[in-house]
Amino acid sequence: MNKKKLATVWLGGCSGCHMSLLDIDERILEVAKLADIVKSPVVDGKDFPEVDIALVEGSVTSDEHLAELLHIRKNTKTLIAFGDCAAMTNVTGMRNYFDLKDVFETSYVNSISNDQEGEVPDNPYLLRLHDKVLPLQECVPVDFVIPGCPPNADTIFYVLFEFLNDRTPNLSEAKKLKYG
Amino acid sequence: MVNTDKNTILISPVTRIEGHAKITLQLNEAGEVADAKFHVNEFRGFEKFCEGRMFTEMPTITPRICGICPTSHTLASVKACDMIMGIQPTYTANLLRRLMHIGQNLSSHALSFFHLSSPDFLLGYDSDPAKRNILGVAEKFPDLARRGIRLRQFGQELSERITGKKIHIMGIVPGGMAFPLTEDNRKALLEWVPEAKETTLQAIELIKRFQDENREMVRTFAPSPTLYLGTVGPNGEHELYDGKLRFMDTDGNIIQDQVDPKNYLDFIAECSVSWSYLKYPYYKPFGFEKGIYRVGPLARLNVASQMKTPLAQKEFENYKAMCGGKPMHGTFYYHYTRLIECLSDVEDAERILNDPEVTSLHIQNFGRWNYDEGIGSSEAPRGTLFHHYKTDSTGKLLMVNLLIATGQNNPSMNQSVLEVARQYVKGDDIQEGMLNRVESTIRCYDPCLSCSTHALGQMPMQIEVLDAGGELIKSVERN
Repeated sequence: MNKKKLATVWLGGCSGCHMSLLDIDERILEVAKLADIVKSPVVDGKDFPEVDIALVEGSVTSDEHLAELLHIRKNTKTLIAFGDCAAMTNVTGMRNYFDLKDVFETSYVNSISNDQEGEVPDNPYLLRLHDKVLPLQECVPVDFVIPGCPPNADTIFYVLFEFLNDRTPNLSEAKKLKYG
Repeated sequence: MVNTDKNTILISPVTRIEGHAKITLQLNEAGEVADAKFHVNEFRGFEKFCEGRMFTEMPTITPRICGICPTSHTLASVKACDMIMGIQPTYTANLLRRLMHIGQNLSSHALSFFHLSSPDFLLGYDSDPAKRNILGVAEKFPDLARRGIRLRQFGQELSERITGKKIHIMGIVPGGMAFPLTEDNRKALLEWVPEAKETTLQAIELIKRFQDENREMVRTFAPSPTLYLGTVGPNGEHELYDGKLRFMDTDGNIIQDQVDPKNYLDFIAECSVSWSYLKYPYYKPFGFEKGIYRVGPLARLNVASQMKTPLAQKEFENYKAMCGGKPMHGTFYYHYTRLIECLSDVEDAERILNDPEVTSLHIQNFGRWNYDEGIGSSEAPRGTLFHHYKTDSTGKLLMVNLLIATGQNNPSMNQSVLEVARQYVKGDDIQEGMLNRVESTIRCYDPCLSCSTHALGQMPMQIEVLDAGGELIKSVERN
């Protein structure tokens, strides 16, 4: 069997889903037998290549995330919304109740530890935050969802292992669908 | 590498670091690196969206700031809540909180060392990027990679066996803990200790050997003096969970000692900058220019007078001897100090797990809203962390201020990148290995940029080089 190509991506989130992926511990070596991890925050990689499976953690919070996600969608066979921020924005989306300007000013201008008049960061090298945080499926079609904040490591391994063996995972069995 | 123009280098994004960042290098007319800007590139706005919520929700919301050090956030948060309620955790609850925090520190440090940094030491800075990761290490050094993975697992198990969850734990509550440690779990955790100790000692041998074999590189690796901040116990001992703040100057003089964390605003101020989502904190009495300080393992060992456990103390003495009792400024020593902390963690975990009270069921004191302000701090793996809340008389949050570990290393991280870039990058002659050295400088700090409230992300890396006139001459990108 040809080795699959696997990518993991981190958009607007806390990286907890990636940490939970690492919590599969030594089973990562089993994954590595079936797939090359070609793009991930934990490996040195290049541009996002064509892949069979992409685990995408986090919400779409900015222009860069959106561009990245569109690129990923175009180059990915099975795109998996990885965790609650990707699936439904979760804590990352809690700022949606507020005006973005207020959110910025609270941290950069009105902070109690600020020494002087603060400024809201504004630089061409910085990403532009969108007014509202969106889950992945508001931006691109998503093929599968692994819920949880973060998803349980056993669930992650199960889903990966099924896809890597050309099977579609079935999360309906209660034991597999363990939240958090 | 993408060459977009003729005088700016943009390294983007930095891989194998937990966060999104870009670096811009500014060249002068001679084509030498004149300035470096480290752009931290994500922002989620916790300080705003937590306003209006009940303070008791914070220990559940704030771990989501960072998936790598969630427990440190929970602890700082819950200590702020303890203060708002005016209650103290029970003796057993403090033991369990300490254990949880040891687990946090250990798993994060193991990740930093084995998963993210050891590929550089074991495979080489200039080795094939496709293999320069933990799986590449596993191919060449299977036993060591396996041990590293398991050391991180031990840290995570400490969390799971106490509260049922490895990440974003739920069991640490104001007044103590929600779940006791069962006898079965206590035994299971104790069984990990010998292996964890052995792995840590092996890692320490590895880093010491690397330091010996690469003396010149290690010595000249971003050695700029800064001030240091860390938490210490009543006798100046190394402390991660609960203690007082100590500030040290560049020569090793203690300039503030036994400062209650709730007075942090007297000593720390921050300024925001236009080109990064991460603010620039500094030691207030010295002002922005002279007040650059560092936090994290290097800072904690620099400020500490002693370690709490015997093996770590022995290693600590070796470390102190290396710099003649002065603070160690070389950024590369973050790795060594991180491992000395791991050793201390494992020894301390063993001590706590053998405390007869650790499985007691008296784990929580109960209270309610009493005060309108709470400040909590903890030593996150990357450094001192502060949570500061103000509430109305119903306990609803009016103000949230978070001062995050990586944020406090931001000014010196920037400085260190500049130093390394000056050494390794000349004009537009930029090799893949040189870029990796700039990245690995940042990696020394192990910045978890998602945890920086004023920042977040994954660190694919982009370096741009600007010529003396500010025109972009080169852009190097790695996603």
